[in-house]
Amino acid sequence: MLAYLIRRLFAAAVMLVVIVMVVFGIFFLIPKWAGVDIALSFVGKQADPAAVEGVREKLGLGDPIYAQVWEFFKGIFAGRTYTGGGDSIHCAAPCFGYSFRSEQAVWPTLTDRFPVTLALALGAAVLWLIFGVSAGVLSALKRGSLWDRGAMVIALSGVSLPIYFTGMLALSVFVYGLDLFDGQFVPLEDSFSGWFGGMILPWVTLAFLYAAMYARITRATMLEILGEDYIRTARAKGLKEQTVIGKHAMRSTMTPLLTMLGMDLGALIGGAILTETAFSLPGLGQAVLNAIKNQDLPVILGVTLITSLAVLVANLVVDILYAVIDPRVRLA
Amino acid sequence: MTELSKSGAAVGEPTPASPAPTAFLEVRDLKVHFPTDDGLVKSVDGLSFQLEKGKTLGIVGESGSGKSVTSLGIMGLHTAGQYGKRKAQISGEIWLDGTELLSADPDHVRKLRGREMAMIFQDPLSALHPYYTIGQQIVEAYRIHHDVDKKTAKRRAVEMLDRVGIPQPDKRVDSYPHEFSGGMRQRAMIAMSLVNNPELLIADEPTTALDVTVQAQILDLIRDLQKEFGSAVIVITHDLGVVAELADDILVMYGGRCVERGPADKVFYEPRHPYTWGLLGSMPRLDRDQQERLIPVKGSPPSLINIPSGCAFNPRCPYADLPKDNVTRTVRPELSEVGSRHWAACHLGAEQRERIWTEEIAPKL
Amino acid sequence: MTTQRTSGRRKQALAAAVAVAALLTTAACGGGGDDDKGSSSGAAGFDAANNKVAQASAAKKGGTLKFGAAQDADSWDTTRGYYGMMWNFARYYSRQLVTNKAEPGAAGAEITPDLATATAKVTDDGKTYTYTLRDGVTWEDGKPITSKDVKYGIERVWAQDVLSGGPTYLKDVLDPKGEYKGPYKDTSADKLGLKAIDTPDDKTIVFHLPQANSDFEEMLALVSASPVRQDMDTKAKYGLKPFSSGPYKFASYSPGKDLKLVRNTSWKQASDPLRKAYPDEITIKFFSDANQLDQRLLNGDLDLDLNQTGMSPQGRTTALKQHKANLDNPVSGYVRYAVFPQSVKPFDNVECRKAVILGADHVSLQTARGGPVAGGDIGTNMLPPSVPGAEGQKYDPYKLAGDNKNGNVADAKAALKACGQPNGFKTTIAVRNNKPVEVATAQSLQASLKKIGITAEIDQYDGSQTAGIIGSPSNVKTKGYGIIIMGWGPDFPSVQGFGLPLWNSKYIAQSGNNNYALINDKTIDGLFSSYVTTLDDAGKTKIATEINHKVMEGAYYLPFVFERFINWRSDNLANVYTTDGYSGQYDFVNLGLKNPKK
Repeated sequence: MLAYLIRRLFAAAVMLVVIVMVVFGIFFLIPKWAGVDIALSFVGKQADPAAVEGVREKLGLGDPIYAQVWEFFKGIFAGRTYTGGGDSIHCAAPCFGYSFRSEQAVWPTLTDRFPVTLALALGAAVLWLIFGVSAGVLSALKRGSLWDRGAMVIALSGVSLPIYFTGMLALSVFVYGLDLFDGQFVPLEDSFSGWFGGMILPWVTLAFLYAAMYARITRATMLEILGEDYIRTARAKGLKEQTVIGKHAMRSTMTPLLTMLGMDLGALIGGAILTETAFSLPGLGQAVLNAIKNQDLPVILGVTLITSLAVLVANLVVDILYAVIDPRVRLA
Repeated sequence: MTELSKSGAAVGEPTPASPAPTAFLEVRDLKVHFPTDDGLVKSVDGLSFQLEKGKTLGIVGESGSGKSVTSLGIMGLHTAGQYGKRKAQISGEIWLDGTELLSADPDHVRKLRGREMAMIFQDPLSALHPYYTIGQQIVEAYRIHHDVDKKTAKRRAVEMLDRVGIPQPDKRVDSYPHEFSGGMRQRAMIAMSLVNNPELLIADEPTTALDVTVQAQILDLIRDLQKEFGSAVIVITHDLGVVAELADDILVMYGGRCVERGPADKVFYEPRHPYTWGLLGSMPRLDRDQQERLIPVKGSPPSLINIPSGCAFNPRCPYADLPKDNVTRTVRPELSEVGSRHWAACHLGAEQRERIWTEEIAPKL
Repeated sequence: MTTQRTSGRRKQALAAAVAVAALLTTAACGGGGDDDKGSSSGAAGFDAANNKVAQASAAKKGGTLKFGAAQDADSWDTTRGYYGMMWNFARYYSRQLVTNKAEPGAAGAEITPDLATATAKVTDDGKTYTYTLRDGVTWEDGKPITSKDVKYGIERVWAQDVLSGGPTYLKDVLDPKGEYKGPYKDTSADKLGLKAIDTPDDKTIVFHLPQANSDFEEMLALVSASPVRQDMDTKAKYGLKPFSSGPYKFASYSPGKDLKLVRNTSWKQASDPLRKAYPDEITIKFFSDANQLDQRLLNGDLDLDLNQTGMSPQGRTTALKQHKANLDNPVSGYVRYAVFPQSVKPFDNVECRKAVILGADHVSLQTARGGPVAGGDIGTNMLPPSVPGAEGQKYDPYKLAGDNKNGNVADAKAALKACGQPNGFKTTIAVRNNKPVEVATAQSLQASLKKIGITAEIDQYDGSQTAGIIGSPSNVKTKGYGIIIMGWGPDFPSVQGFGLPLWNSKYIAQSGNNNYALINDKTIDGLFSSYVTTLDDAGKTKIATEINHKVMEGAYYLPFVFERFINWRSDNLANVYTTDGYSGQYDFVNLGLKNPKK
């Protein structure tokens, strides 16, 4: 188990380094090779030569490529100071870059927004696991019934409707139409009930999409598991049916669900862009969208890295949980 | 023993309730049919037999002959967990120790499962849950029927593992199925089945998935345990060699029916059905020269949706044309006594069969 | 040349959103229940605040004025902001020597004293400007604002390497040779080394211009001329929490999320002739989705859009149908156009340029921009109607809004013949990929040019790289961009504030060029030179008209529209009016609420 863990951790670390290099390359080096002056995109349309020079100096864009990458890496662990034009800005470790658009280090922006995205993802995950998995199990147990068909049609619509649509629909009906919720994000520090009220619709909307996917997967997996020999063995022992389903079948059904959950949570924690946009939640997704609008490269870079990191960590956790759930994996 | 077979009864016709039998296990006119989109699959179509405690019945047949379905039917596993699917249609009677199972409360049958009747499956790797240790699975099996704490149950599990010959049982009890060898897994499976001292043990192809050398060990184990526990045992197999070692009685199934039934030595040495001859011919024998060719049963098993009219075996039977008036293709043969406690369902005349056996078949075996 | 916020908002009106439009419409109807309470508390009426004050007397003290925005400011640092809405909003927390009048329409573009006791005392043939500061003007910590703070604030414009982004007129006019290096590289002890500004005492400030510029006071009215106190200057980070000289100060700001201003208790009403400071608090909430913003406006959760660039198509449609009384349809001050770089053949020939102007279908271009209400009036020349000297549609040398409005194929072909290209030619239209409306106009133009034999390919380039792609004349030539789709608005309402970077040969730059047509016309350059030395308004207006005519005669541009917007004001807003001082936006500084508790 320990060897397994160490191997996974090492692979994750290597992966992270590769991701940093690739992402850095995409954002800073490819434009350079393509002959686009990145500095120009930082100073806007007016492009006073002094301003362009200032950006170039601060960002070290004149330095050789390896030095730029090295500076970036160093910044993550040791912090970094941007100097230029008689001003120097310190970006404390972990420095994931500095936005010259908002004049803020990227990391605090990310940590400021991260809790919102995390709350969105986790809250929705709880909902979709409860509803998706139980709908899937019920469908599997009542295969071919009216319930099964109904649930699967709803699930199909859930999977195929874009969140933009369901989000708008939810807002139109519950906020603007019935006036049930305020529909506005309220920070948790300000008021729990306000925060909860503001999060319900995003949770439900996001959960709807995922619950649909999870219901379908749960149903398919459960049906497959129910055909397994060891389920027959469990029945042959004289176990009650609810124990057969709830213990023996569920545990096996969890494995693929866990893989999905890891991936989905990882991706969502990196920024649920569509949901955050539809409900104007100040999370990472909104940050990256704003950054794209404003051509704020360091923020895009930072969020991309955090997203990759989240997916990586989620995968690592899934791998570990896998080993906990399935003893066979520990040997692998 | 009296003739009990009513295998000529029309499909689906309910069997009138009969008085409780005296045998420990008695199956009367069991029918297990599965409705499918293509039609009704008549997996078992009128099967009857009895079994006493301490005795072993071998049920032999090709795959699809209905032997496994019979065992699942006795265990009541056709009705449990038939989610949403079209349910199996089961009729007949299954009497276990004075209780008729098919008409009994399903929860009562569930309580009998594992305690009164237990089962060993063909592939212990897939029959054991991969995520639980052997110990956990045995403990669970024990605690369903015994109100004891986990510790006691685990002691019992270790004891059982020891009994089935697993070395270092106190350590191996915490191993996972995948950490066991095939033979060990089957031993563990047997330990799990016997943990509640069941009176009836059904072993469904218990050695098919195992190496030849291990097969013998497992069969020895089953035999020893049977002596020790005095259970009734049903061994289901396609391999006559397996039952040759274990069974007191043998029941040969073909197309969902019994075609021959009798004491093991009779069926082996005086078989009276061409299908049994075929099975014997295809049996590998250690005491024979390797070069000598096996005689397989030609053709393939019948479709259980469209069972051939007349004798179900007639399309594959080399002697189908011997009886007069094409009777093999029009009239279904009933079981008839061909010796003491020995029955066969065949249109061939008794002398004819004896002649063919002694002159044509036996010398080649 | 106000940099306009991206209209990526339109891009986000996804098909899915359109599909629920019907539902939204009904929902919105139920949401905005305040509409029928009558005019005292309800909406003022369509165009009620366009160039006039709506419900001035209804404004009450107190409450929270709620802005929403799809786009944050480029920077809230007075030196660095360039968006029109930022200049407008900055008057809440910053004061200048002079500023625009807080009045509707054209009057709003006039200059009035703010920190100064009066407008400039101009001497030395327009080369010396002297101001005296008012008594009682203070910073948010209660310390007085001095002439040195004003000088330091202006000096910050020189520190472009740190404080990029804002307008640099003051730098160009006061120090055309670029001798001063900015306060951060200033070696003098007090960091006030800029020679062009004298501060003989704390109340007096004197500007010495190397050459006269008749628009100089307009430049001092820009927020980039705001005072900044040296000990409060956080350099690049100043925009996160500017030190207030106005009636409100920053309470909190999280870029792209929200901003909150609260009353600056040190500010004294008596020291400020302009600001009424009605609300207690001013908040901005940023949305990443323009449709969400519009929905919040329609629902009455917000009072107005900070960006002031018009509602998105979907919200606009709903608003026009259901809540017309909450809308104004002002002229934005922007001209939308196509420009012909003379470096790309055959656009070096004026006849070929004319052929495109005459051949284009101007109604179709207007429709592509959004039609007469949401898009604007057909543009007939290059000077926005709000700029003194502009004649609007009255000056229409190519009859674009008249006989030729649907394109004149015959005249266009004649022009082609005169150009020596009787069978037409091939060229490329360059258009920003992040502006769907501009792409639509490019497609419209492409279709009408086909009729006169000109085959135009459309090249959509990365809109964020404008300065490097179309701002580089060599790149334009290499790529063969014969037609570039763009838009432009005035920084301050004068021909200089609008057209200098576009039309003056001195402004042709190797990168970040804005004179896309590469106009190098001695007459136009000369007119600009005489404009800056002409001090009387009548003379300035005349020159502005003349410059516009010269540009049109050169056929460098094909104007599409004099842009209009549809802007929303909530039922609760009082003292609302649009002003030419901020390109047709509502004047933010004196907005009040009818019901402060709402």
